[in-house]
Amino acid sequence: MPRHLMNPMDLTVEEIQSLIDLAGDIERDPDKYAHACDRKTLATCFYEPSTRTRLSFEAAMYHLGGHVLGFSSADSSSAAKGESVSDTIRMISCYADICAMRHPKEGAPFVASLKSSIPVINAGDGGHQHPTQTLTDLLTISSLKGHLDHLVLGLCGDLKFGRTTHSLIEAMSRYEDVEFILISPPELRVPNYITEMLGKKHLKYTEVQSLEEVMPVLDILYMTRVQRERFFNEDDYVRMKDFYVLDKPKMELAKKDMLVLHPLPRVNEISVEVDDDPRAVYFKQAQYGMYIRMALILTLLGIEV
Amino acid sequence: MLNISGIENGIVLDHIPAGKAMDLYRYLHLGNVDNQVAIIKNASSQLMGKKDIIKIECGLDEIDLDVIGFINNKITVNVIQDGKIVEKKRLHHPKRLTNVIRCKNPRCITSIEQELPHVFVLTDKATNTYRCLYCEEKYTRH
Repeated sequence: MPRHLMNPMDLTVEEIQSLIDLAGDIERDPDKYAHACDRKTLATCFYEPSTRTRLSFEAAMYHLGGHVLGFSSADSSSAAKGESVSDTIRMISCYADICAMRHPKEGAPFVASLKSSIPVINAGDGGHQHPTQTLTDLLTISSLKGHLDHLVLGLCGDLKFGRTTHSLIEAMSRYEDVEFILISPPELRVPNYITEMLGKKHLKYTEVQSLEEVMPVLDILYMTRVQRERFFNEDDYVRMKDFYVLDKPKMELAKKDMLVLHPLPRVNEISVEVDDDPRAVYFKQAQYGMYIRMALILTLLGIEV
Repeated sequence: MLNISGIENGIVLDHIPAGKAMDLYRYLHLGNVDNQVAIIKNASSQLMGKKDIIKIECGLDEIDLDVIGFINNKITVNVIQDGKIVEKKRLHHPKRLTNVIRCKNPRCITSIEQELPHVFVLTDKATNTYRCLYCEEKYTRH
């Protein structure tokens, strides 16, 4: 039975550490891995558009010496003819060794994994899970801070609908002495089940509205975009999207070694003037996204270098 | 006093909360069975004040006890043979339900792939929480 990845919490802390260690080794010595996936093929089955995730999966496979095939929208696949995900994956299993699947419907990659004879990676299913983003975030924090424990993690923006923040909170809640500061307007507060989970684990968390107020205590600031498609009313969206804008004056309040992360794409929640600040690591984060996907592909294929 | 004749062989579902018998009737698809089914609504009960009762002339294997456990595990299931109660079944919240309830999440894969079974799993025993196997949406009764 192939091993799949559907949810970041499917991985134990030890398994995540192994992936982080492997990604670190790939970053240090990429040549060592340049032919690790010779004659292996990754299928990228993207039923909805994506820039970063699809390209980083493809880049990851190319950097491992492998091949890539696939489609980048449902219109260009047989889904447009009404083929089920189960049938598509059975066909893909004949052509590829591993599959990364993004689908607008929640649970679609899981359905694929039930019928697949090759490993399936969930590359994002609606508002549900996006495990490789969480792994990217963990690798970024671990690589640039040197550890995942003993941190004050601030998450700012849309904490209600943002799946990346929910997954990151769950993943980080497994490390010792991590304090969460949840910064959002009242309308976009984190769902109850997240604060209940933090409460059950006796973890320290605070919900605040003011970003300026908490800037000095943060070790990590995870900014998020307010997504237009989540709002029924354009006025509400416009009001929310301008609620937090990280700019130079706010960065001056922060610690010298604080890090700013963002899953990207950003709209206006981080001013471009912040990009040159060495603490702004969101583009570096995108690079880590490729390394962790390389590590994941190798691990799921059982390839050791 | 209304008298309903007892059944010779079958099951009696007792201590159904008043007003819930028809829900159970639907979940158990009793409308499709040819056997004798009696529904008693608002029977007086020392324990509950009022209760509903369903009597079904059938074999035990013809009724999905998991469905009853899902709806209310306090319901008593009396197994009747030759007109006598021979067993009282204890019910549990089932770990998994297939095609009993449907996922209402419009973003769930089951909303577009009609042939997929609707599967829910018990994710929290303490709160009796069921979530869709695919999208993990919490099941809410209303």
